Amino acid sequence: MGIAIYVLAFSVLLVGLYAVVAKKNVIKVIVGVLILDYAVNLVLVLVGYRTGGQAPILENGQSGAELAARAVDPLPQAMVLTSIVIGLGLTAMMVAMAIRLYEKYGTFDMNRIRSLRG
Amino acid sequence: MASIVPLMVGLPLGVAFAVVAMAHAKPLKRLTGLVAVLAVLLNFAIALALLGADVPRIFLGGWGPDPARTLGIEVLCDGLTKMMAVTINAVALVSLLFAGAYMRRFTKVWLFQALFLLMTGAMNGVVLAGDLFNLFVFLEIAAIASYALVAFGCESEELEAAFRYLVLGTIGSAFILLGVTVLYSVTGQLNMAAVAGKLAAIGPGPAVLLAAAALIGGLALKAAMVPFHAWLPDAHPSAPAPISAMLSGVLIKASGVYAIARLIFNVFGPTPQYAAILIVLGAASMVIGMLMAMGQWDLKRLLAYSSISQAGYIILAFGVAAEVLSRATPDRAVAGLCLFGGLFHLLNHAAFKSLLFLASGSIEQQVGTRQLKEMGGLTRRMKVTAFCCRIGALSIAGVPPFNGFFSKLIILLGLAMAQQYVLCAIAAAVAVGTLLMYVRVQRYVLEGPPGDRVARAGEAPALMCLALVVLTIVCIAAGLAIVPLREHLLGPARDVLLNATNALSMGAMP
Repeated sequence: MGIAIYVLAFSVLLVGLYAVVAKKNVIKVIVGVLILDYAVNLVLVLVGYRTGGQAPILENGQSGAELAARAVDPLPQAMVLTSIVIGLGLTAMMVAMAIRLYEKYGTFDMNRIRSLRG
Repeated sequence: MASIVPLMVGLPLGVAFAVVAMAHAKPLKRLTGLVAVLAVLLNFAIALALLGADVPRIFLGGWGPDPARTLGIEVLCDGLTKMMAVTINAVALVSLLFAGAYMRRFTKVWLFQALFLLMTGAMNGVVLAGDLFNLFVFLEIAAIASYALVAFGCESEELEAAFRYLVLGTIGSAFILLGVTVLYSVTGQLNMAAVAGKLAAIGPGPAVLLAAAALIGGLALKAAMVPFHAWLPDAHPSAPAPISAMLSGVLIKASGVYAIARLIFNVFGPTPQYAAILIVLGAASMVIGMLMAMGQWDLKRLLAYSSISQAGYIILAFGVAAEVLSRATPDRAVAGLCLFGGLFHLLNHAAFKSLLFLASGSIEQQVGTRQLKEMGGLTRRMKVTAFCCRIGALSIAGVPPFNGFFSKLIILLGLAMAQQYVLCAIAAAVAVGTLLMYVRVQRYVLEGPPGDRVARAGEAPALMCLALVVLTIVCIAAGLAIVPLREHLLGPARDVLLNATNALSMGAMP
């Protein structure tokens, strides 16, 4: 189980990267960026995982030392929350730009949105 | 004194929201520009005041450095941070002054000011961050603000450039986060000093190399190093002139070059592999940036490619310094010289590149074009702008006694003393190429018979000229005042990088 899950997470990252590089439709590029972001979030959560671990919430009557020995790492979870919110802001901006691009160029095709050259 | 340091981040961020609030209250709407300038001025004053002060390690919220756990978020305030803070706030102040007059053609100027303050506050946050994840978050804030600012005019070219910049920038940020993740998984720490200590104990390994590769890749994209530079030639010319000045002058430095230097020297420690990567990136950027700039007829596009080339100088100097420090018998004097040259060039490039971009903004507003072939004879029609543009072009070309000459000379001397003769020859050739390029710029823009567009142009508004004159004075003064600069500003910054992985865990750094 150990290495396979990380390989899967990196494959998702590569799928996102492929979508950004190879796709011609602006919306597909946006989806690719999202997949890339979420793949990195996935790796971040996996880093904190502990097999058979407990959620990092102190149960009734449990001591701090017990919790520290059994819980998954909460710090990557906090980092992922921040990263998800950053991704949200970026998504909003990308979609807003895509809407404006459609108004200006009349198309979502990246090959035709190329008035800047060189 | 220590409690004022986080204010350098909090003040612009808070005033950004205040500007948005003020813009919706009718009587206060006209004061937003003044409030924004006052905020950045106060920031600059704090940065200057901190130069002489000895600031101990600051942990936010008082969660102190427990050697076993390091709970708090650390705010760095060593020599390198102070130098970057002074540079960032100075360029931000001048650009904001320029924008006071330049942005009159746009609507919703308060939105511009709010985004500008967000970007400035976030850049200050990047240089003050002592924590890997804090660095990432502030990098993202600065980047998102800059994406919106590049697209500010909402014309088709600007939107396309901003979209491409956004997509590539997000890929870079994803890789930076990946690098931080792998570092956390290897060391279990996010605080930079703690990570440096753990990495020194663990030693190199595949995981550390993966983290370094991901971080350098993402940050090189932020710094617009070749081959990650594709977004810059579209984004910088399409942005409004004060934003081009900020992006080229400080954003690629603060979020790219500074972060690379901080991580390679203070966290990972200089090794031959990292040094080789930096040398290759720097040399490639220098050469390719200059070659692509020579063929440009659009003034702002030429300046953008030239930024890539000059940032390559800085990274090359840092790479050679890392290589010297990683030898069996490191020569600290030579490494120190290379670092000093790189840092001085960083400061100088912030000054003269923002001067040139602001001047091109003046020219674009008055003459109405960015094409070199349509300008000409500016010295007669726009005297102040032409004079400042000439000083800027001479500085970047490396003509004595301006600042560019000294920083390039120090870099060349450092490269030669480190026995990198091939790199020294390449750097000298690029310097000659830059000189030729800017002589051509001066000939087309400033001299010759005035084109018909220029003949109808008048001088730019006073506020824009004031911004240009201030930067010109900085260009001239930085060349003449090297010794005081080395004493107070650049020397401490160089010492931080020279002390490599020991720098962060030392107590109070001057």
